[in-house]
Amino acid sequence: MASIPLADTEPRRRFRSDVLHDWVTTVDHKKLGILYIASGIVFFVIGGLEATAMRIQLAVPENDFVSPEVFNRLFTMHGTTMVFLVGMPIITGFGNYLIPLMIGARDMAFPRLNAWGFWMFLFGGLLLYFSYLGSTGLYGAGSAPDVGWFAYTPLAGKAFSRGNATDYWILGIVVSGFGSLSGAVNMIATALTMRCEGMSLGRMPLFVWMMVIVSFMILVALPPLTAAQVMLLFDRFLGAHFFDTQAGGDAVLWQHFFWFFGHPEVYILMIPGFAYASEIIPVFSRKVIFGYSVMVGATVAIGFVSLSVWAHHMFAVGMGRGLNIWFATATMIVGIPTGMKLFNWLATMYGGRIRFRVPMLFCTAFLAQFLVAGLTGIMLAAVPFDWQVTDSYFVVAHFHFVLIGGLVCTIFGAIYYWFPKMSGRMLDERLGRWHFWLFVIGFNVTFLTMHGQGLLGMPRRIYTYPADRGWEIWNLVTSLGVVLQIAGVLFFVYAVIKALRSGEPAGDDPWDAWTLEWSTSSPPPDYNFDEAPVVRSRRPLWDLKHPDDPDWKYE
Amino acid sequence: MTAPIDGQGNATAWSRGEVGTLLLILAETSFFAIFIVGYLFYIGKSLSGPYPADVLELPVVATICLLSSSVTVVVAVRALEADRRGAFLAGIFATVLLGGGFLAATALEWRKLIVDDGLMISTNLFGTTFYSLVGFHAAHVTVGLLLLALVGVLGVLGFVRKEHATRVDLLSWYWHFVDVVWIAVFTVVYVVGV
Ligand SMILES: [Cu+2]
Repeated sequence: MASIPLADTEPRRRFRSDVLHDWVTTVDHKKLGILYIASGIVFFVIGGLEATAMRIQLAVPENDFVSPEVFNRLFTMHGTTMVFLVGMPIITGFGNYLIPLMIGARDMAFPRLNAWGFWMFLFGGLLLYFSYLGSTGLYGAGSAPDVGWFAYTPLAGKAFSRGNATDYWILGIVVSGFGSLSGAVNMIATALTMRCEGMSLGRMPLFVWMMVIVSFMILVALPPLTAAQVMLLFDRFLGAHFFDTQAGGDAVLWQHFFWFFGHPEVYILMIPGFAYASEIIPVFSRKVIFGYSVMVGATVAIGFVSLSVWAHHMFAVGMGRGLNIWFATATMIVGIPTGMKLFNWLATMYGGRIRFRVPMLFCTAFLAQFLVAGLTGIMLAAVPFDWQVTDSYFVVAHFHFVLIGGLVCTIFGAIYYWFPKMSGRMLDERLGRWHFWLFVIGFNVTFLTMHGQGLLGMPRRIYTYPADRGWEIWNLVTSLGVVLQIAGVLFFVYAVIKALRSGEPAGDDPWDAWTLEWSTSSPPPDYNFDEAPVVRSRRPLWDLKHPDDPDWKYE
Repeated sequence: MTAPIDGQGNATAWSRGEVGTLLLILAETSFFAIFIVGYLFYIGKSLSGPYPADVLELPVVATICLLSSSVTVVVAVRALEADRRGAFLAGIFATVLLGGGFLAATALEWRKLIVDDGLMISTNLFGTTFYSLVGFHAAHVTVGLLLLALVGVLGVLGFVRKEHATRVDLLSWYWHFVDVVWIAVFTVVYVVGV
């Protein structure tokens, strides 16, 4: 960092090896943020191809596109990839890139820890995928992990899961988890100690607030997963008995430990989506966010309550009436702060001069789709209903509405919104609209339909089904929606390539936005700001642009 | 490290090093909590012996060593802040010795359990949960001990000066945390569990 001012005076080197060296050795939060997001997108394509293979297999009954063994590996790797290698790095990447810029700092609190975290994440992901080659192990069995993304015991124990595939699942996730943990430490420390003059906690952009809360959730919820995975590893390698029912161990304990992580994880992935929406919706509605402090409070509430709802994933296990009632009630209570947020975003849009550019389109779709996800979530929290549809495609449809309809749509919105800042180029609006409509229509064709075969009783994770169950048309439509989604993503890829080659220059502030990242150049210089900014309200750029009517008069 | 650019106008009470260390401790707490829950959950569920009441003895020496090392490390930090080099080095090495004493006591205990009592991690649920929980704690003591020894060696070589006191202080926070975990382990394993 000390050598940065020299970079402007030196002649520009264009050797490829120098560029590579820059990226591999960088400790700059912006480059690391882009590396996180870019690797997340690569894994997104891989995980998407795995899903596509499954949908081809399930498009018609009695299909033999893939074998049962391959199918098991596909859904395990798809789930593991999408959660740990797509969601986690992308949210960490945006946090990395934007938090210092939004609070007027020059880097994260611990730049080298940041670089270490990224490379741990990447090599953890590569370790997981190396299982396809290396996991044959001692018993000659297995390839990639095939025990599902939550690896229930005793299936994941040594007796039923031979070879080393499950060990790759454990180690890949543990190693890549260090990226999330160090990112979380960094984001909190940065936001708490490195804010510029005048940036009090009450003036921090909601994005920063929400990422701080998410980071706390990561630090509380992710180490338990690591601990449980270490226990499983001890069972598998040292003959320990944590989850070994033969020796008095309890397989259900694994479920408790896993979901103690697994449920908060859903919010760890979703709250960053809320964070993007909370920045994008006000800018494109030309209004300040409705209920800033309520948004912060609701996020904190979600953070706390989401730590005490995990066993709603286990209603079918037979926990007993008392626990079922507790977890059902706690789950429904999460709906209250989440619903408050939906109303706040709608109130922000209400009466605004809404500009439906691509980021706003994605955020609007998010609002509608996340509402559906929330409603099916409340249905699933009702224990008797859950018993009817547990482990069916209804559940699969529900959480894909959360993670695609909610998270992926806001991520696409965030990419269209901040790509101009990161690259200095605009993403093409027309291509973006093609991307949006194809993807959102395809998503709904696939996953709205999927509620149908779920209610008709189709279990998840079966590799094929007989023709006489009435599921054929539903599955065919579900699979056809994938074609539209892929077409949408291809438009996205083309838009990115086109923008990087010949995109229209973005300028510092293409959206007429209000937070500090838009006050510096696009892309920002290595040191972010020439002078440390001074902030007097929640919308520092509004104050700059409207000196006659600044926000700080009213806040 | 470069000086933080923060602070003007809304100086925070915490430095980033302090915040980072506290967050590390938060994550570690959450990690240990699962092993402690696992231990509590499996108390009395072993299908065969040896059982805790038959083989465990109160680790008095180890506990005295570890708890008093929290005092000596504070002495070391205070001395460094006051620029008293002799007292600083004495405090650090006393801490290393006491921590080493704890590990030695643990090693002797494990030797007895393994050789005399035949308790392995694979023997029963007690062995599984005991060696995991106590072992992870001992591993954390080892890491802290190596870091403290490093500070001590650098101190002897004259590299540790008054301006490094805040960083040595952060190391002492970690050491206190390891101590607190031991109090929890002691309570769960040697008091509640027998
Ligand atoms: Cu859940």
